[in-house]
Amino acid sequence: MRSLNLSSRVLKEVYRDPVAIVLLIFPPVLFLFLFSYIASSDPNAPSVFSPELLVPGVTVLSFGFLALFAGMILARDRQSAFLARLLTSPLKSADFIVGYMIPFLPVAFLQIIVCTAVGMILGLSFNTGVILSLAVFMPIALVCIAIGVLIGSVFGENTAPPVGSLLIMVISILGGAWMDLKMIGGIFESIGYALPFAHAIDAARVLYGGADLAVVTQELTVIVLYMLASFALAITAFWWRTRP
Amino acid sequence: MYSKDSGMSYAVQTFNLSRKFGNDRIAVDSLSLKVKAGEIFALLGPNGAGKTTTIKMLCCLLKPSGGRAEILGKDVQTEAGKVKQVINVSPQETAVAMNLNLFENLYLVGKIYGLSSRNVRQKSLEMIDLMGLGERKWDKVKKLSGGMLRRLSIAMAMISDPEVLFLDEPTIGLDAKARRSLWKMIESLKGKKTVLLTTHYLEEADYLADRVAIIDQGKLVAIGTPDELKQNMGGIMTITIKTDHLNSTAAEGIKKVYPLSETSTTGLVIKGKDLVFDDVIDLLRKEEVKVQWLAMNEPSLDDVYLKITGGDEADEIA
Repeated sequence: MRSLNLSSRVLKEVYRDPVAIVLLIFPPVLFLFLFSYIASSDPNAPSVFSPELLVPGVTVLSFGFLALFAGMILARDRQSAFLARLLTSPLKSADFIVGYMIPFLPVAFLQIIVCTAVGMILGLSFNTGVILSLAVFMPIALVCIAIGVLIGSVFGENTAPPVGSLLIMVISILGGAWMDLKMIGGIFESIGYALPFAHAIDAARVLYGGADLAVVTQELTVIVLYMLASFALAITAFWWRTRP
Repeated sequence: MYSKDSGMSYAVQTFNLSRKFGNDRIAVDSLSLKVKAGEIFALLGPNGAGKTTTIKMLCCLLKPSGGRAEILGKDVQTEAGKVKQVINVSPQETAVAMNLNLFENLYLVGKIYGLSSRNVRQKSLEMIDLMGLGERKWDKVKKLSGGMLRRLSIAMAMISDPEVLFLDEPTIGLDAKARRSLWKMIESLKGKKTVLLTTHYLEEADYLADRVAIIDQGKLVAIGTPDELKQNMGGIMTITIKTDHLNSTAAEGIKKVYPLSETSTTGLVIKGKDLVFDDVIDLLRKEEVKVQWLAMNEPSLDDVYLKITGGDEADEIA
């Protein structure tokens, strides 16, 4: 229960920061409208700009901003000694991990809802696959949140934001959000599929196309393994940074 | 449960507590202290003396390199969980959640320490009133002044009703009025809570502390009540004299009797062991010095501190 008090505070830090709200919601909405407009006005636009392919890519990209803000809040708490104050309290290590990660889950859910809703305005048809895609989106959101905790544990208040932005770039370029990695091929494809983001985008696209979860088991396994690994790394980094 | 030693209850004890950073920098060097239950105990020392490092070790934030420490009989390393239940700290930085309001900051800390919702709500409002922040209780703390933030930080440390309260430079950066107001609040804890505070302000230690420990380069160099420390100065006293009629002959005559006398722009300052007021007055009359006003001072904690930590002329006297 104590961890939930910390969670509630972190959530307040997010929704009371106008910049956070704008960056967590506005860019995905902008991208969806922008690429959709390009697709509608240019008959030669890549097929990846259709809502069924675009919405999964933009949704996963929006989770990059979760990493940015999770990292920024933790780094700021470390630097301002607020974390030191909490570390002298009866909170346990697990309380801190839960406290700094859980608040971003409802934010991730909101991002999924917003991206899906905008996608539907742009022509995405609502089917079971859209609901099933939550099973792909939530684990990859957790990967990003854990990376955020890792960033906030390792980097300072001034360095955490650029490192978080770097992750957004990686997802954008190597996740295949607006380009088919298989078409690019080569090292980009290899690196892209060595990371979990392209797997998540591909899996969600397959589910949007009407397939069931069993079809995307392989992608889901990669994402879950990355989720566990990123959790382990985040917990280790936090422990290393806050050990007496 | 307090640690007992010869019938005395100690809330905080350190036994040759040490902390090294790297291979060569010793921040705290074999520090042994005993802080009595219910007393206000001040750690004094210049920048880098090891005060904050000591507090951090006592609050389980930093692992000692050597020695050990106990809070209410619990070892800070092996029983950190139990220690954290009975302490609270106001760090040197204000350490508040900037996007929460005052009430929410206090509520958060209270809940983290396991207070019930009703209790923490009531205590938060009480603390806000105690700190004189009632009118701002719903304001985000990032809108508060430095003094208000400092008061909030101390309130956050007090809301869990800790048996041992650590205040690291509680009044740093505050103006004289805000400092005095905080002193009154800290003074009200005397006898009720054990308070261990660090400060740069000697006047603060003199006003608040039952006992003072002076540490320099990580080592304990003096300990006692402020009066005991002053007495250890060997009776050095100061008489400050304001006069417009001090010629060089008179100044030399006075200096012969009191070698440490100094002239200043407004008159002169006479320093010496066991100064006798009448003798000084007689000398001033003999030298035909017309006194506008004069003030006689016993040694201050400043004198003690300067003597102990570094090269004051008082060394020459004592």
